[in-house]
Amino acid sequence: MDFALTSEQELLRSTVRTFAEREIAPRIGAYIETDAFPEPIVRGLADLGVFGLPFRAADGGSDGGMVAFAIALEEIACVDVSVAAIVFAHSSPATILAAYGSDEQRRRWLVPLAEGSLIGAIGLTEPSGGSDAAAVRTTARAEPADDGGSWVLNGGKTFITNTGTPLPGIAVIVARVPSGGLAAFVVPDGTPGYRVGRPLHKIGWRAATTCEVFLDDCRVPAGHLVGREGDGLRQALTAITFGRVCVGAIATGLARGAWEQAVAYGRARRTFGRPVTDRQSIAFGLAELATRIDAGRLLTWRAAALADRGAPFRAEASMAKLFATRTAVDAAETAIQVHGAYGVSREYPVAKMLGDAKVLQIIEGTSEIQLLLLARLLGISDGDE
Amino acid sequence: MRIVVLMKPVPDTTGQERLLPDGRVDRAASAAVVNANDEYAIEAALKLTEAAGGEVTLLAMAPANAPETMRKALAMGATRGVLVTDPALEGSCTLSTTRVLAAALRGLEYDLILAGADTSDGGGGIVAAGIATLLGLPYLSYAAKVEPADGRVRVHRISPTGYDILDAPLPALVVATQALGEPRYPSLKGIMAARSREIATRSLSDLGLDGSQVGGAVATTRLTGSRAPAAREATVVVREAPAEAARWVVDFLAARRII
Ligand SMILES: Cc1cc2nc3c(=O)[nH]c(=O)nc-3n(C[C@H](O)[C@H](O)[C@H](O)COP(=O)(O)OP(=O)(O)OC[C@H]3O[C@@H](n4cnc5c(N)ncnc54)[C@H](O)[C@@H]3O)c2cc1C
Repeated sequence: MDFALTSEQELLRSTVRTFAEREIAPRIGAYIETDAFPEPIVRGLADLGVFGLPFRAADGGSDGGMVAFAIALEEIACVDVSVAAIVFAHSSPATILAAYGSDEQRRRWLVPLAEGSLIGAIGLTEPSGGSDAAAVRTTARAEPADDGGSWVLNGGKTFITNTGTPLPGIAVIVARVPSGGLAAFVVPDGTPGYRVGRPLHKIGWRAATTCEVFLDDCRVPAGHLVGREGDGLRQALTAITFGRVCVGAIATGLARGAWEQAVAYGRARRTFGRPVTDRQSIAFGLAELATRIDAGRLLTWRAAALADRGAPFRAEASMAKLFATRTAVDAAETAIQVHGAYGVSREYPVAKMLGDAKVLQIIEGTSEIQLLLLARLLGISDGDE
Repeated sequence: MRIVVLMKPVPDTTGQERLLPDGRVDRAASAAVVNANDEYAIEAALKLTEAAGGEVTLLAMAPANAPETMRKALAMGATRGVLVTDPALEGSCTLSTTRVLAAALRGLEYDLILAGADTSDGGGGIVAAGIATLLGLPYLSYAAKVEPADGRVRVHRISPTGYDILDAPLPALVVATQALGEPRYPSLKGIMAARSREIATRSLSDLGLDGSQVGGAVATTRLTGSRAPAAREATVVVREAPAEAARWVVDFLAARRII
C-alpha cells in the first residue's frame, strides 16, 4: 500500500494551489459579497484545464481520473468553496454524458464541457423535495415526427447550480417518462419553454449561481435524450456517487483552509501574555481536527481510487462524504471561534466557511441520506419506509 | 523556429534551504523547482513558437532526478527535454557547466537559444555568456522584447536609461527577463500528458567529454565559506489612513536620508 502521489499528481496539486492562491484568493471576496458569478476566475480555470480533469482525452479531458480531480477540488476549496462548487456542479452533467452519452452527444456537449467553454448544470431537485430522487414530478412526453421527433418537458426544478450564469450553458434535466421511469435530457440555454428564474440567495456557496428553472412545454429534439428512456434514475445516481467523492474533496479543502487560518491566527493572537494556541483547550482541538481532516482525505482518495479502477465505490463515497463534511462544519466552527470577533467579521475568510460547510452536508444526499444508504449497503437495515 | 531553452532545477526557495558541510546547497533536502528566471525564457519561447510555429527543447544539466522538474516546463507546452546528467558532474564549477552545456548544444539543432538571467541558487549569471562565447554565437542580454524575423533577431536590451536595440543574425543566444511576460501556468492536460513527452538523457561520454575535462574534479573555483544572511530587522507596518501613512513613510525615509 502506497499513499504517495505520483509526480504528476504532485505537480497538479502545486499548480492548482498556486492558481488558487494567486488568482482566486485576492479576487473572490467581491463576488461573494454581491452573490455574483466569478466569470473571470471560471474562465481562468477553464484555461488551466480543471473542468476536463476527470474525463477521457478523447472527450476533451485529460485522463486524470477522480483522484486527480479530488486533488484539484481540495486545493480550490481550501481557498474558496463557491469556486470549487462551480467546478463540481459542472462535473455532474459531464459525468452523465461521459458514462451514458452517445458519440454524437459527447462530441457536441461533453467536449466543450471538458474544455470549459460550456457550463453544465444538473437538474434533479424539485420544489417538492430533493432527498427522494425517484419522486421527480417533471414530465417528458415523446412527440414522434419524421425528423426523429422531439421530447416535451413540463415541470420545474429548484436549487440548480450553474444555471443563470453569464456563460453559455446546458442543463441535464431529469424527468418522468410515460413508462413511469425517469430519463435525462440535455436542455441548452435558449431552448424554447426553458426559463431560468432569479438566483437564490444563500448563506453558503454565495458566488455559485443557484436558480430555479421552469419547463413549460420545453421542446428538445429526440437526440437530446441521454441513453435510454427509464435509465434516468440510474444515470443521476451515477453522477451523485461520483459527486459524493467530489464533495468529500471539497469538504477536506474547506476544513484544511479553516484549520490553516485558525493555526496562523491563533499563533499570532496573544491573550494573557501567550498565544491562544498555547492553551491546551485550543491546541488539542486543532490537533484533533488535523487528524480528522487527514482521515477525511484518505476516505475521499480511497473512494476516488476505487472509482478510477472501475471497482464499486458507493459505500466508500458515502462514508467519505459523510465524514469529511462533518469535519468541514466542525473545522469552520472552530476556526471562527479561534478568531473571536474577527471570525464573524466578513473581512476574514473564515467567516464565510460555516455557510459553505453547511451546504456540503445537504447537497449530493444529506448526511441523513448517507447514513440511510450506508445502513442498507452495509446490511444493517432495509430502511424504515 | 527551433528554440532551445536552458533551464535549471533549483531548490524551492519557499522551503528550507540546507547547506552541506562543505557549504554547497543540499539538493536532496528540498524539493526542486524550475529556476524562476528560466520560466520567463520558457514563456518567451512558447510565445514565439505559438506565433511562428516551431518547437521548444529544454536543456538542463542536473542530477538524475531532474525529469520531475522538467515535466513542469514540458506541461507548460515545451516539446521535449534533454538532460545532461553524470555522477562526475557533481561539484561542477561555472566553467564546467558552460563547457558541458555548449557540448550538448553542439548536438542539437536550433535557431535561437534562450536563457534566464541567473539562477536562484548559484547566482553567477555568466553561464549563458560563456556558452555564446564557446559556440561563437551573438549574445543579446537582458531582453525585454525578442523579435526574430528573416534569419535575424532584434532584441530590446534593458539599459540603465531605457532600451538598447540590438540586432544579430540567427542562431543567437538571448537572455530573457521578467519584462517578456509572466510565465503561464502549466496546463493540467499538459501535466497529465507530460510523461508521454520525451526527455532524452545524455552522459558525459555521450557528449564526447570525460571527467578530466569537466566536473568537480577540475573545478576552477572553490567554495571557501557560506553563511546565512543576517536576520532582517523588525518590519514596520503603517496602518494609518492613506494620506497619513504616506506622510509617515516620507518622514521615515527622510529621517534616514534615503529621500
Ligand atoms: C447550494 C445548493 C446547491 C444545490 N445544487 C443542486 C443542483 O445543482 N442540482 C440539483 O438537482 N439539486 C441541487 N441542490 C439540491 C440538493 O440536492 C437538495 O437540497 C438535497 O438533495 C436535499 O433535498 P431537500 O433540500 O429537498 O431536503 P428534503 O429532502 O426535504 O430533506 C429535509 C430534511 O429531511 C431529512 N430527510 C429526508 N429524508 C429522510 C429520511 N428518509 N430519513 C431521515 N432523514 C431524512 C434530510 O436529511 C433533511 O435534513 C442544491 C442545494 C443547495 C443548498
